[in-house]
Amino acid sequence: MSNVNLDTLYRQVIMDHYKHPRNKGKFEDNDSLTIEMNNPTCGDRIFLQFQLDGDTVEDVKFTGDGCSISLASASMMTQAVKGKTISEALAMSELFSDMMLGKDVDMDEFGLEDIEALQGVSNFPARIKCATLAWKAMERVVEEE
Amino acid sequence: MDIQSVREAFPILNQDVNGHPLVYLDSSATSQKPVAVIEAIDEYYRLHNSNVHRGVHTLGSRATDLYEGAREKVRHFINANSTKEIIFNRGTTTAINIVAQSYGLANVKAGDEIVITQMEHHSNIIPWQQVAKRTGATLKYIPLQPDGSVNLEDARATITSNTKIVAIAHVSNVLGTVNPVKEITKIAHENNAVILIDGAQAVPHMKVDVQDINCDFYAFSGHKMLAPTGIGALYGKEALLKEMEPVEFGGEMIDFVELHDSTWKELPWKFEGGTPIIAGAVGLGAAIDFLTEIGMDKIYQYEKKLVKYALEQMRTIDEITIFGPEERAGLVTFNLEGVHSHDLSTVLDTEGIAIRAGHHCAQPLMKWLGVTSTARASMYLYNNEDDIDRLVAGLKKTKEYFGDV
Ligand SMILES: Cc1ncc(COP(=O)(O)O)c(C=O)c1O
Repeated sequence: MSNVNLDTLYRQVIMDHYKHPRNKGKFEDNDSLTIEMNNPTCGDRIFLQFQLDGDTVEDVKFTGDGCSISLASASMMTQAVKGKTISEALAMSELFSDMMLGKDVDMDEFGLEDIEALQGVSNFPARIKCATLAWKAMERVVEEE
Repeated sequence: MDIQSVREAFPILNQDVNGHPLVYLDSSATSQKPVAVIEAIDEYYRLHNSNVHRGVHTLGSRATDLYEGAREKVRHFINANSTKEIIFNRGTTTAINIVAQSYGLANVKAGDEIVITQMEHHSNIIPWQQVAKRTGATLKYIPLQPDGSVNLEDARATITSNTKIVAIAHVSNVLGTVNPVKEITKIAHENNAVILIDGAQAVPHMKVDVQDINCDFYAFSGHKMLAPTGIGALYGKEALLKEMEPVEFGGEMIDFVELHDSTWKELPWKFEGGTPIIAGAVGLGAAIDFLTEIGMDKIYQYEKKLVKYALEQMRTIDEITIFGPEERAGLVTFNLEGVHSHDLSTVLDTEGIAIRAGHHCAQPLMKWLGVTSTARASMYLYNNEDDIDRLVAGLKKTKEYFGDV
């Protein structure tokens, strides 16, 4: 099979985050900000917990059910926003949406090289929602604060 | 059945997708359309288009004859007693909602029961949840056997003298289970309940005889049986439909309109408010002609053989889990170990193979299966063993690909 196209989607980095997700798990305490979101069209789910210190994301954890793209994206998102302020995190989310629309974006602003690997998703329209789920959940949770 | 000439009747199949000849294995979501259907719709718009039951002019009567002619074809196809019992609408979802809102809200009271099964499509769950909520009735589920079938003991235990409505799929869109609807209808009637059968996955693939089943209501969609989207039908026994109130009010469905009150047209038109889906009905009529010419029994036998072949071939892959009973309609729902169904579907798509991935509008059933998503390959009369071989080769490649990356 010609895996030319596929390899632009399933990059090594993505499979690494999928198989070894960062920040996976749950906080024991009850005062973390939490949100559960799903993608109603396909059933992907994410459960996200944030611990804020003022308006800085001190720590974040997630668990989820979904495809490689949605879980890898969640893993990367948690890494990218940890230690950032809420407004920085929201700006990153907007940047990520632009990247999914195929726009040229400044990758440095993510402060996480791995995210670039998700750029290929923009060529697979049916999978964009998989990649944005975790980011949308993050927006919801910090906006509620 | 001459599969080659059947395939040639479906122009869409003759194309490359992502550099490979298309293999369409998603007919349970929607079927492809033969030239005969496409041309019938085209001809309707080129030659006969007009509103129905209104104009005195020639086109008006031609359009009316075509529309009512399609109704007679549907009546004959499912062996209803009278065209008064065939209500055209948008499809299964709309048909079930008509019964829920009209019959359901008028006849279900607090303390009554509505009985469905855990294999239902969301379309045959949510309308009943709504009726239960508004009336104070209880929604009960007939449990499933480990292989995803319904047994009559469980049906007898769940359906009681408090049950007012039973609603069940004829064929499951996930498991392929063919339910014993005739027997369950008997159980419902012994308890003085009415029964609605969701035939979305049955009418396209097998001979359905509503009088033989003796069900009270039967719902199905045109788009899953070679007809266009936007048209479907509700069958209901005349005596029941007669007593029911319409759910949509407006033009086309009235008899006399006074300033403060109106009377309804007779059946079936009182349930068809507004300008109906005329071209859709014409397309459905053409689809029924196409299916009838081949023969529903032949189609059923052909698909049965094909799905048996698919099961055999797919089982040669060790990492595959197949859901549903051995005896089944033409679909296989499965998971490939270590590969999420979306990823699987994306890889197959790059090979030109279209399957469905996700929860298939049956979240309670997914919960019962203990999975959050599955892949489904669903067949129709235009699929062949070649399609299955391509699928199996695609699955093997997916497994290799995900093993390596
Ligand atoms: C068993 C079953 N019921 C109901 C439906 C809903 O049909 P429609 O979307 O045409 O109303 C479907 C279609 O997916 C189905 O498979």
